[in-house]
Amino acid sequence: MSGLDPGRGSDVLDVDERARFEQLIMPHLDAAFNLARWLLRSREDSEDVAQEAMLRAYRFFRGFHGGDARAWLLQIVRNTCYTWLEKNRPVELMTEFDEELHAQPSASPESLAIAGDNRERLGRALETLPPRFREVLVLRELEGCSYKEIAAITAIPIGTVMSALARARQRLQRALTQSPVQEASREL
Amino acid sequence: MSCDYTRTALHGYLDGELDAARSAEFERHLENCRECAKSLEAEESLRSGLQRSGLYEQAPVALRKKIRAGLDAATAAPARRPVAAWQWWAVAAVCATAAIIVAAEASWYSWSRNSGVLASTPFTAAEMIDAHVRSLQPGHLTDVASTDQHTVKPWFTGKLDFSPPIKDFAEEGFPLIGGRLDALGGQNVAAIVYGRRKHIINVFIVPTKEPDTPIHQPGLRQGYYWLHWRRQGMEYCAVSDVSISDLQELAQLIYQ
Repeated sequence: MSGLDPGRGSDVLDVDERARFEQLIMPHLDAAFNLARWLLRSREDSEDVAQEAMLRAYRFFRGFHGGDARAWLLQIVRNTCYTWLEKNRPVELMTEFDEELHAQPSASPESLAIAGDNRERLGRALETLPPRFREVLVLRELEGCSYKEIAAITAIPIGTVMSALARARQRLQRALTQSPVQEASREL
Repeated sequence: MSCDYTRTALHGYLDGELDAARSAEFERHLENCRECAKSLEAEESLRSGLQRSGLYEQAPVALRKKIRAGLDAATAAPARRPVAAWQWWAVAAVCATAAIIVAAEASWYSWSRNSGVLASTPFTAAEMIDAHVRSLQPGHLTDVASTDQHTVKPWFTGKLDFSPPIKDFAEEGFPLIGGRLDALGGQNVAAIVYGRRKHIINVFIVPTKEPDTPIHQPGLRQGYYWLHWRRQGMEYCAVSDVSISDLQELAQLIYQ
């Protein structure tokens, strides 16, 4: 991971660095938790993983030389989440990211407006998406990240962020407008 | 889906990530492509749904606390009061009867004076930090929300048997946010709330008969700094997660 300097990781930080971490990194704890929560789809697990990620970030903090602190932290959170998923739910990571877009008409704005007004339905639909689609949507729509930040956090080339978002949005539309029966079968 | 723009440029346009030339090109295309127009409308409605949904989940307060404790544990200890002493003191206080508490307090005061690092604060670090964290819960920060010292100060009249000195330091970068009544260590205190960028600083004030002191060495616990001093019959404890230099700056302003 760029920006990390594991060689310094074992050093114990002092009080000044602790205060600097508090000032630069701690304000992004909500962003860290939110990303973990949507990647892991569980509040409980994401508390553990967010805590682990924050402590990792602290150990690597000397490798942070200024710049976008949120992107730096979210990169660590994302990696910690994927390591956790690989270990605990490997099946979830087996979905292909580069799946072709299915040729199908997009849903009508009206039906999306209705579906999109239902928090629970929206949350469920988001959770049915493979993690790599879910994360770009969470970073873009909930966290308000730029393409540059999304590229830095998810390690996808900046030139493909736009098409990744296009695919993710189409998947979300489909998940939102498909019938509840299909939705239920997906959850099994 | 037949139009190529629908799967690419439309999203860059929606996200404000196209440069001026490509953005103009897409707008020209949009005028003649019904598919893109419809699709853009659908994406906009989906976006506003997502943003209004409240799906963003904030970190629980308990997690924040746990993380700060973990960070402190991974930090080289500065010259400060040993943790074991706090714990012993807490155990003693819990076990003791009312009469013994008085005695324990007296001995703690003299002990902490002897330790020389921190002069006796009127409250324990845990009490200050708990009160600070409690104040950050929604709706708990202020009883009187005002940036005007002439509104905040009279509000305390009749609620406390002393009149806390209150000044706004907005020009120095510490705007007054308001005040509230709080109870720390069993006594009523005035809590004056200042902002520093996105951070909150609580200044707890109680009257004292002790002589003035300078601003003492800072304390650090769970990622929060505090400063303590006595000045003109008042005892001050300022607590926050701002940097220690910011907190010292505010303390100096109040001290003057």
